[in-house]
Amino acid sequence: MSSPHPTAHVDYLLAVADDALVNAQRLGWWISRAPQLEEDVALANIGLDQLGQARALLAHAGQVEGAGRSEDDLAYLRDERDFRNVHLVEREQTDFGVAMARLLMVAAWQSHLYAALRGSTDATLAAVAAKAVKEVAYHLDHAGRWVVRLGDGTEESHLRMQAALDAEWPHLEELFDGSFLDPALVADGVAVDPATLREPVLSTILAVVEEATLAAPRVRPAVGGGRTGRHTEQMGYLLAEMQHLTRSHPGATW
Amino acid sequence: MVTRTRSRAWTVAAAVPDPEIPVVTIEDLGILRDVTEDDVGRVHVQITPTYSGCPAMEAIRNDLVEQLSDEGYRQVEVEFVLAPAWTTDWMTDEGRAKLEEYGVAPPAARAAGVTPLTLSVRCPQCGSPDTRESSRFGSTACKSLWICNACREPFDHFKAI
Ligand SMILES: [Zn+2]
Repeated sequence: MSSPHPTAHVDYLLAVADDALVNAQRLGWWISRAPQLEEDVALANIGLDQLGQARALLAHAGQVEGAGRSEDDLAYLRDERDFRNVHLVEREQTDFGVAMARLLMVAAWQSHLYAALRGSTDATLAAVAAKAVKEVAYHLDHAGRWVVRLGDGTEESHLRMQAALDAEWPHLEELFDGSFLDPALVADGVAVDPATLREPVLSTILAVVEEATLAAPRVRPAVGGGRTGRHTEQMGYLLAEMQHLTRSHPGATW
Repeated sequence: MVTRTRSRAWTVAAAVPDPEIPVVTIEDLGILRDVTEDDVGRVHVQITPTYSGCPAMEAIRNDLVEQLSDEGYRQVEVEFVLAPAWTTDWMTDEGRAKLEEYGVAPPAARAAGVTPLTLSVRCPQCGSPDTRESSRFGSTACKSLWICNACREPFDHFKAI
């Protein structure tokens, strides 16, 4: 058995961290824009959980890398090609149905991923996962309730929820693509092969889709590439907003 | 399991209030994990976050440094520990009672394994079990928003996690 390439471990941590970080950034857009005040608060809290998970993972990635980069350096000073998140989380979500369809997918994915990572041989990763798995259970529950309420709601809300699901579904498969991953990391018990999570994640999502009287979209998967730094056009705008303050005022503190 | 010797430094650290719910201390909440001190006045404190994104952690760190420095400890180190992950089971009975008196329904003590998302919650105002959840997410990450059907008052519930 060959031992994993040193950067492979860092890349894996960045993949898990960047999904949470970028998801948090998109969720933050909803604050003051959600359909009701309680939802502003809910999405802010979910975003905060995601940000907290990302911070712990980025700090750890920086330590494993050993080049002195902090969580802030990794969040604010990396360029687009160095981000490892999937396309699912980076695209704009200005439709509430899309936001809930996406949150359902992300939370279902993270529920199974974090549950599996509790057994990682990377003790810090296991600790972060053990905490996060309980938080994303609430996210999954929250998104699931909205998808059911809108899907099994009025004729109009049903149509829009179905359209939202159709729009997000092509980006689901990228989560299960482990081709970016050094197989030695899986063999060492650090990482989880994403392909093994496909069945349980889909079954979690489909249970909600069925209860919501929606149809599982029959669509071809979109072209991915996020795990190797190839992103959609919208990623650049997201990073410009997220990194602007730090890059314009280096070293600024509150 | 950490053995908690009740040193003077522990007593000082244990009295630090939670910045978001100041009626309870960090000891009541189970956030304070360990306090060690040596002969020359150096203190090492371990605390664990309730939620990954809990914004109160920095404030708690600053309060610990300030309180312990005021008591004459010259070097105070505060460490965030992630494992084992915090659970509401670590909240003390005294902490639960203080929360309820303050108007926050405390988390249910739970059986191992399952997170009880749908257990009924008793109204901290009138004691009625006839309550409903209004929002799964409340004023802070650790609380959800409830309404009492009996007395019609809204209240916060500290979520079991
Ligand atoms: Zn009441």
